Amino acid sequence: MSIETASYAAYVVAALLFILALAGLSKHETARAGNTFGILGMAIALVATVTKVVDDGLDALPVVLLIGAVLVGAAVGLWRARVVEMTGMPELIALLHSFVGLAAVLVGWNGYLHTEHEPHGHEARRLDALDLLGVHSAEVFIGVFIGAVTFTGSIVAFLKLSARIKSSPLMLPGKNFLNIGALVVFVALTVWFVADPQLWLLVAVTIIALLLGWHLVASIGGGDMPVVVSMLNSYSGWAAAASGFLLDNPLLIITGALVGSSGAYLSYIMCKAMNRSFISVIAGGFGMEAPSGDDTDYGEHREIDAEGAAELLADASSVIITPGYGMAVAQAQYPVADLTAKLRAKGVEVRFGIHPVAGRLPGHMNVLLAEAKVPYDIVLEMDEINEDFPETDVVLVIGANDTVNPAAAEDPSSPIAGMPVLEVWHAKDVIVFKRSMATGYAGVQNPLFFRENSRMLFGDAKQRVEDILRLLGA
Amino acid sequence: MLIAVPRESKTGETLVAATAKTATQLTSLGYDVVVESGAGDSADQSDDAFTDAGIRVGTAEDVWGADVVVKVNAPTEEEVGRLRQGATIVSMMAPMRSPELVERLSEAGVTALAMDAVPRISRAQSMDVLSSMANVAGYRAVVEAAHEFGRMFTGQVTAAGKINPARVFVVGAGVAGLAAIGAASAMGAVVRAFDVRPEVAEQVESMGAQFVEVDFESEVSSDGYAKEMTAEQEAATAAMYDEEARAADIVITTALIPGRPAPKLIRAETVAGMRNGSVIVDMAAANGGNVEGTETDQRVVSENGVTILGYTDLAGRLAAQTSQLYGTNVVNLFKLLTPEKDGQLTLDMDDVVQRGMTVTRDGEVMWPPPAVQVSATPKQVAPAPAAEAKPEKPKLTERGRLALVAGVAAVLFALIAASPAPLQLNLTVFALAIVIGYYVIGHVHHALHTPLMSVTNAISGIIVVGALVQLGFDNSAVTVLAALATLLASINIFGGFAVTRRMLGMFSRS
Repeated sequence: MSIETASYAAYVVAALLFILALAGLSKHETARAGNTFGILGMAIALVATVTKVVDDGLDALPVVLLIGAVLVGAAVGLWRARVVEMTGMPELIALLHSFVGLAAVLVGWNGYLHTEHEPHGHEARRLDALDLLGVHSAEVFIGVFIGAVTFTGSIVAFLKLSARIKSSPLMLPGKNFLNIGALVVFVALTVWFVADPQLWLLVAVTIIALLLGWHLVASIGGGDMPVVVSMLNSYSGWAAAASGFLLDNPLLIITGALVGSSGAYLSYIMCKAMNRSFISVIAGGFGMEAPSGDDTDYGEHREIDAEGAAELLADASSVIITPGYGMAVAQAQYPVADLTAKLRAKGVEVRFGIHPVAGRLPGHMNVLLAEAKVPYDIVLEMDEINEDFPETDVVLVIGANDTVNPAAAEDPSSPIAGMPVLEVWHAKDVIVFKRSMATGYAGVQNPLFFRENSRMLFGDAKQRVEDILRLLGA
Repeated sequence: MLIAVPRESKTGETLVAATAKTATQLTSLGYDVVVESGAGDSADQSDDAFTDAGIRVGTAEDVWGADVVVKVNAPTEEEVGRLRQGATIVSMMAPMRSPELVERLSEAGVTALAMDAVPRISRAQSMDVLSSMANVAGYRAVVEAAHEFGRMFTGQVTAAGKINPARVFVVGAGVAGLAAIGAASAMGAVVRAFDVRPEVAEQVESMGAQFVEVDFESEVSSDGYAKEMTAEQEAATAAMYDEEARAADIVITTALIPGRPAPKLIRAETVAGMRNGSVIVDMAAANGGNVEGTETDQRVVSENGVTILGYTDLAGRLAAQTSQLYGTNVVNLFKLLTPEKDGQLTLDMDDVVQRGMTVTRDGEVMWPPPAVQVSATPKQVAPAPAAEAKPEKPKLTERGRLALVAGVAAVLFALIAASPAPLQLNLTVFALAIVIGYYVIGHVHHALHTPLMSVTNAISGIIVVGALVQLGFDNSAVTVLAALATLLASINIFGGFAVTRRMLGMFSRS
């Protein structure tokens, strides 16, 4: 057994641990064990790699750099993980994706500098002898391309999610043409680069990929962010896998493929939840065709005040709360959790109905509610709870709009027709917490607000829930 | 202003227009309230109860000289005469059926508000006394039926044999019908119900009954009340009534048509065909009854032993409850009439609710009011010509799926076959890992999507392995870039795992 074979074995073990980690995350009971498996796998992979690198003979400076980089990275990572607000999770995750993307770009560049850039160097000659130099060049190119797209895409997603730039979609003329053009140029440059690996070609593809990543995400609106984030998650996996091909490292390939396919699957779930094709989300600009000439008379909406809402809740025997992104914005999860606890203490059955694309991240609402100590077994997903609305006394719609729009189910001409929604309107009473009568992300008017059994409770969701809490307490 | 609550003069009346609680609520709107001595005795509201709540108890003279008189039944001729000029009287009046009362009120120069003329719109539901009383009456109808019925409502299997549940048939799914359905099914009976308005089927089912279907075209009601059926429809339903009633142990009929006598739905032959011991409660008895053989306010037993109850005071038989509800309806009305909460009654003729119930204003006849469309009915939506249904996305057929798989397999085959040997191995690993990833993720609980993303994030920090390997390369530019990549990937690994741990720690079970 040499260090070489031992490290290979360690990689296989690490890869299996990663699979166990993902499998463990499928259930609440095993999720923590899953995370531990992941940490274990990572530790084994790191020890094996460091041992191998040191064994291959490492100078003092790289060792110092290695230790320094890991320590600084660990410190920053642990610090961010500790201080991040749960409402800020989407931003953090987008930012972390960008790191993987950038690292993949750097690894790709290194691969080039180490090999193709030194045509007479050791590595280049070794690969040439195996007739693998062309393959290596292609791998560099693909790795850099995917990494760069992931990097700028994630940066834009991060900026949009943290509201540092506007989340409305960027509409460049001929945007689909731009995206497809970039892909065509990428393929052409790859062929060229394989034939003649020039540095400027690599620079060119890096710039094109950076611009493509930027444009791709900039033209997608805020409401599609769950899809975008999981899509970027997928890309970061593919970027890692590409680096694995480049370095001939099976662990990177396996892990990259795992992450890549899991991200793709999540994106698929999200798209299905919005009844949209993946392509149409990526192509972006969904919210822009909002019917501006919508003069349908929906009738009048009815308002209710906190007092009335408290009365309704006090008399209810079953309540369902359907939160949306607005709850995260208003930071209302804590008062909502208190309200839940208070109502449950009074013997009211309280449950939560979560639409798959509520929030800005897959599973965002679940994390927020968990943070506020809402027990997870009363937090149900759309399919589990949709049948129960007719037997429900009061539904509280907190900061959700399109995900509870009856038009999706009833109006075939609606832009969101066919999207599965929480059918809250079947309940006896619906109280909608909302800032104003503005339309939701999709720009579609919501007939729910004008239903006979709907009442609007205007104002900041957090304050309103606190008002209700106070009145219920009295 | 002074609101007065007199003792009801109608013989046998048990109700009172205010309880101690609702009278107190009236005072909080700024009114003075006086209750005639003994007014609430039959509704468990003794004079002491009012006095304890700080409400004045006065004589008939005190009461009839007040600014506003609130009562349950329509005022008699004598009572109208006792009203002060310019006073306001609030009670049930059935103005549509009693033109002479309207005339008398007009002559007396008073303002009269009919509690039973509140438009049936959702805003006015809180003052709809007909709904309040129908609700109580529907409940009481079941209680009366149960009292007469010689068996249990609920089905049981006991050591002494099996008890079949009672079968209850409710005609008309208005407020009373629905209340009866709810009460009967709560007692364990098997309830079936019918209404000429097919749109109420959902409400019937929500109360626990089965809706009986009859095949005929029916129009959607535009004022919230059922319309009288055409002869043709009646013929179609008659057979159904006959069949359902014969099969039932208890029949409760609630069918009313505003301004007209109640339709005769259950014929004498049907009653004759019912089982001995069955009970019929005819809640439409006050308007002539839905059943042939009903006698108003009487308990009749048919020759074949079917008990027919024609009580019209069902709501009054739960006097305390009904008075409380009536009183609350009155309070809600005064909330509307007293926007400033200053004890001054202001009548706004632009408000459809207030306009709808005003019979006379200062002697001027205001009846009948303009019609109010009930918004609860589905709007007649013109088929939008512009609205085109989105084309259904074609689902993959079995064959299409096969073709897709075959295509992907061919591409993979070509790709791997054309690759040099070392790459083949990598591609194999890659392809298998993708499949594993897909299946592993497919079972992830929806609530764990965010932790899943952060853990895959941490795992994709595995790219650090690549960076570490490159650190050993003998090239300063490579070393610097590799160190940077290591730094970034480390943030990912530690941050990703740590934040996942934190999130998972928050999920707790109740």
